[in-house]
Amino acid sequence: MSGTGAPQAQRDDPGSGSAIGSEGSRVVMDAEQIARACARIAHQILEANRGAEGLVLLGIPTRGVPLAHRLATVMDHVEGVRVPVGALDVTMYRDDLRRQPTRAVGHTDLPVEVEDSTVVLVDDVLYSGRTVRAALDALGDLGRPRTVRLAVLVDRGHRELPIRADHIGSYIPTRSGEHVSVRLAELDGIDQVSIEPASDHGLGGP
Amino acid sequence: MRHLLSAADLDQNQITEILDLAEEMSLVQGRPVKKLPALRGRTVVNLFFEDSTRTRSSFEIAGKWLSADVINISAKGSSVSKGESLRDTVLTVAAMGVDALVIRHPASGAPWQASRWIDAHVLNAGDGTHEHPTQALLDAFTIRRHFRLTVPDQLSFDGKTVAIVGDITHSRVARSNVLLLNTLGAQVILVAPPTLLPSGIDSWPVLVCTDFDQVIPHADIIMMLRVQRERMSGGYFPTPREYTIGYGLTRPRLQAMRPGAAICHPGPMNRGLEISADAADAANSLILDQVAAGVSVRMSVLYELLGGAE
Repeated sequence: MSGTGAPQAQRDDPGSGSAIGSEGSRVVMDAEQIARACARIAHQILEANRGAEGLVLLGIPTRGVPLAHRLATVMDHVEGVRVPVGALDVTMYRDDLRRQPTRAVGHTDLPVEVEDSTVVLVDDVLYSGRTVRAALDALGDLGRPRTVRLAVLVDRGHRELPIRADHIGSYIPTRSGEHVSVRLAELDGIDQVSIEPASDHGLGGP
Repeated sequence: MRHLLSAADLDQNQITEILDLAEEMSLVQGRPVKKLPALRGRTVVNLFFEDSTRTRSSFEIAGKWLSADVINISAKGSSVSKGESLRDTVLTVAAMGVDALVIRHPASGAPWQASRWIDAHVLNAGDGTHEHPTQALLDAFTIRRHFRLTVPDQLSFDGKTVAIVGDITHSRVARSNVLLLNTLGAQVILVAPPTLLPSGIDSWPVLVCTDFDQVIPHADIIMMLRVQRERMSGGYFPTPREYTIGYGLTRPRLQAMRPGAAICHPGPMNRGLEISADAADAANSLILDQVAAGVSVRMSVLYELLGGAE
């Protein structure tokens, strides 16, 4: 939390095209690295599961959802099987609902019943672990999967709960005040992971 | 949003947000565990000074599915029947530390008045002949779903015509619907005998017509209102039979509707008076969809009001 971060103008939405390479922000993954990471994660998931049998990929909105679709596309190339992909919104299960104004709720879409399946939760950044905790609770209300795994594009450390990922695209050490911004072509027009310096408005989303 | 007192408090974005969230909430009905933890530890009191089945029970279910504690207080069997004033009742309930009060009252403006006395969130569940905003929201939700059958991403109601037919004077449902549908861009036509049109209607953003048959072929939605005999002191129309002939949704009128047009009714229905059994049970009747929408929409509203920090 050194002083590089002169209070910057409102930059609440990491996705809304704040200037690339602007003051202090550094790019840590480019499009090729993201593509390779996705390919590797997809292979690892298939390997751990010995095929695509019983797999369900559930992305956590917002950016977990396109990532889950990318993993499914890779798996389709490798195994020739279309793995069901869905979305699992965790907003109403968060432990910080009371700390801020009412949060917008995202979309939950279950392509198949999760009962007795192997669910892979997919998210962009693993940080405090609180989102994953909420996701596990949300999943529990939808059924009882046989196994739940976690795949993330970036693990940035600073866990606040005893949670770890099974498949990690890249481990990126960060300072806790910094903000890891993941941009994906589907939503942001570009594939890029960058680290923005600490700014006033705080710790980023846990 | 702090209170929900009038449909006029909502702009188009807020309405769309509530309806979109209600779509998410409606998925809960199909889940093995019909519960979301969002309002855990919150207390919602249904304070009903007037009879109600569907509004009260759907607010109760909505609160419970969001994990709030819901308590029902009705005028019968409470201190209200011992002569306690509205102010004392509201202050007493609020003093117990509740987070939201859902109020239905025979006097127009009672929820608004209550909202000035207490810190808790107040939701208007119908006040006299004034407003019933959650009913208008669930009607809009049902109507939007109907429109989306043909245009999947229909956002506004631009170019759509909604006819509201019947006892406009005594109808809080009509008032809230006029405001909400107008915000959403629909053209509203009010149809009623002159005796059931309120004074001052010229200032409403609507067209008014006393000839139902003339309106039918133009309407995308025909919303029938209940003839509220309990609010009428007689003299509004000669006989029920004559009302049906002039303003009932009878079988011939059902057949005169334009293709794709649908029927709404806020319930409870007087079958054979304002709506025929044929129309109530017709394939294009949305009446049961409206009831199902009640829980989802009220969950959405409760979350909007109570879901975040105080």
